[in-house]
Amino acid sequence: MSSLRIGIDVGGTNTDAVIVNESGDVLAAAKSPTTSNPFDGIRDVMSQVLVGINVADVRQAMLGTTHPSNAIIQRRDLGRVGVLRLAAPASLAIRPGASWPEDLHRSVIGPTAIVGGGFEFDGTEIAPLDIDAIRRFAGLIDDSITAIAVTSAFAPASFDHEVRALEVLEEELGVDFPISLSHKVGSIGLLERENATILNAALLGVARDVVEGFHSALGEHRLEVASYLTQNDGTLMSAEEALRIPILAVGSGPTNSMRGACALAGLSDAVVIDVGGTSADTGILVDGFPRESTAAVEVGGVRTNFRMPDLISIGLGGGTVVKGTGSQVTVGPESVGYRVATEAISMGGSTLTLSDISLRAGRLSGFGDVDRLDSLDDALVRSALQWVDGQIQIMTERMKASRHKMPLIAVGGGSHLISDHVPGASEVVRPNHHAVANAFGAAIAEASGEVDRVYRFEPRGRDACLDEAKQLAVDAAVRAGADPAHVRITSISEVPLSYLPGRASRVLVKAAGQIKGVQA
Amino acid sequence: MQEFGLEQIDDLTLGATLLGTGGGGDPYIARLMARQAIEDYGPVKVVQASELPPDARVLTIAVIGAPTVVVEKVPGGSEFTGAVKALASFLGDDVGAIMPIEVGGMNTLVPLAVATELGVPIVDADGMRRAFPQIEMTVFTLAGIGASPMSVADEKGNVVVFETTTNQVAERLARGTVMMLGMSNAISCYPMTAQQVVDTAIHGSMTYATELGRLLGAVQSGGSDAWERFADFSGARRIFTGKIIDLDRRTTEGFARGTVTIEHFDDHSRTLRVEIQNELLVAIEDGKAIVTPPDLICMLDHENSTPITTEGLAYGQRVDVIALPCAPEWHRAGFLDVVGPKAFGYDVEYVPFGGGDQQP
Repeated sequence: MSSLRIGIDVGGTNTDAVIVNESGDVLAAAKSPTTSNPFDGIRDVMSQVLVGINVADVRQAMLGTTHPSNAIIQRRDLGRVGVLRLAAPASLAIRPGASWPEDLHRSVIGPTAIVGGGFEFDGTEIAPLDIDAIRRFAGLIDDSITAIAVTSAFAPASFDHEVRALEVLEEELGVDFPISLSHKVGSIGLLERENATILNAALLGVARDVVEGFHSALGEHRLEVASYLTQNDGTLMSAEEALRIPILAVGSGPTNSMRGACALAGLSDAVVIDVGGTSADTGILVDGFPRESTAAVEVGGVRTNFRMPDLISIGLGGGTVVKGTGSQVTVGPESVGYRVATEAISMGGSTLTLSDISLRAGRLSGFGDVDRLDSLDDALVRSALQWVDGQIQIMTERMKASRHKMPLIAVGGGSHLISDHVPGASEVVRPNHHAVANAFGAAIAEASGEVDRVYRFEPRGRDACLDEAKQLAVDAAVRAGADPAHVRITSISEVPLSYLPGRASRVLVKAAGQIKGVQA
Repeated sequence: MQEFGLEQIDDLTLGATLLGTGGGGDPYIARLMARQAIEDYGPVKVVQASELPPDARVLTIAVIGAPTVVVEKVPGGSEFTGAVKALASFLGDDVGAIMPIEVGGMNTLVPLAVATELGVPIVDADGMRRAFPQIEMTVFTLAGIGASPMSVADEKGNVVVFETTTNQVAERLARGTVMMLGMSNAISCYPMTAQQVVDTAIHGSMTYATELGRLLGAVQSGGSDAWERFADFSGARRIFTGKIIDLDRRTTEGFARGTVTIEHFDDHSRTLRVEIQNELLVAIEDGKAIVTPPDLICMLDHENSTPITTEGLAYGQRVDVIALPCAPEWHRAGFLDVVGPKAFGYDVEYVPFGGGDQQP
């Protein structure tokens, strides 16, 4: 009996789905437009992709979705959050929500308090936890508040105060009151972690809708499966965990696309260029995971400490508008986006797009009617393609980590624009099913665990500390559902801390492995 | 400019980040502190040292600790006012004005928060006009001004006041104290009269940093001639553009040291090595030092000209390396003993700014 997975990706334009077997082969793929209620789109695409599949063989369902990101960006369906910080008298110089965009602050942040508590870097208390002050804070929580975010200083290393505060709040407000604790959400960096925890608490309602909608779509197709959502680092969390930590699902789209592209191409190290209707994103995979950006990541204008893939985006896509005559052309940045299917000249529309250029030049086939482009000037076609090739070359060169040539994987609906010969790339790979790379990336995502702590290497020694950190990361991955036999360390980073004694370093270790049962 | 309000903070922050030369602590937190203090207490009056009565007491204030701890144990605010008040009371003086010691990194903005809360002006001057890792690396040390008496305070109300024999001892005592006070503390040192500031400080530092930030902001938004105007003002030179191909970090004697190697975008045979000691300190091309301290080395993200901190450096990053001349006040007798390459343990000679056959 086989064991199948269904991967679904809800993007801005399309909702994609794939069925993947245990060896990673794509058995079916489908695409349908994203609907205003995204679950109609999910149901549609599932009906298409499940044709001829025995639903009893499907064991896991993985969903990658832009819901949480869009909720924050569009300030839609967000809850109102009480913010409790355990760090006084430290941290009083910066109030919670400082530097938030005004509109988001107004709609999301409710009562705030900074009370005695939290820890020093060495694990001693900054102050004893101020239980009375927590009870007074609970008194400010009225019916308009949907959740509470609790953040203590050095919670990634010592979270006793957050757990105790949770108990006190539950005594005051009941055990069902939604409360997010920062040590479950983010890493070192109090303000960024607090921001992420507040956003997380504000997303709990959205998360409930997503998970309920996902489960009801699965139920309608009689799929009895373990259900997961994909996270921004390309790994999975269970749907139950997504109910508690939805913020980790923000930004999973590009990661899924890049990981899916590499796996479809059978590569673990490559430059990936995803060309859509409006823009082209390029990133790089190292050992199967995207290289992460080191810059602080803003979500809806709020600074967080999430790691996101290092991407370069430019306005180059199938719908990008081409203007001019002869060799005097201007390409983009305007685009007709997904309307290319009706507005491109070769489709009977009136706008000259890069898809028309690509069709005329023979890079694209099976799109529109090339005869409609008869009057197009050859010089114009050549200049537009020159611009495209130049941009692709620049993106490739900038993304590569060394001058050695690397394979380039071209994916996405506009990837026909990428020439077969890109300087700097050893080859251009166009994997099968590349149009559903996102959904495939979701389907092959792994369970992961991570640890982010400050270690003093003396007197135990660096190796003993790193071994402990690795073991903690592996344990966390197994708790998240990874098969213990296949968990591996995917990244280790060590940042020595200046001025600290005992050779202190911040150590960040990640482990990941296939979901138990998938290998069969 | 007569005062620092919320409008100047963003330019000042960007300028301070650049003058941090990769270190000096991330000014993001200090920016939020300064904003909150200005919202609560109002704008800060800026004065030149010469506008103060000659005997007015000028005290410096700075964060001391580990940058990685400061982002987690965010300042309370009272440690800074506490350190200043304790030193003033030890000296038996009123606080006449606050002055930054280090216009570069987070210590550029923290003094604004303290000045507005105490209701005193800020002096448009400092002792470095860039970030340096140690207390004694100031033009005040060159002028024979003592770092002590100095005070170190925490947010709980613990304060220590020291008197020391040399500024090097002051540095060691302060670091040792901070270790016991949670590694995110306040220090007030180099107490001076306004006349001493007039005689010894680097003048105009705060307004310099603000203008530098404004001009770099224009570079970031891609204005025409923006780079030329930035370079005209600061004397900046682009010394290298390429991709980080190697990054070696280590901690020795408490400092985050390392070496970053960059390969040129266009000419792959060229590589630039930059030595790190909290800050970016020495740039070496083809075995030859081309920029050395106290002149400044900064790394900007090639795509958007954002300054990159040494902790944020990563393999594969695309960077522009730029050099800025240090404040002219550094060029006094004995400066190389205090802040020259050999003071940081590098066996290279000081290269006068712009020397060393640089080509971008």
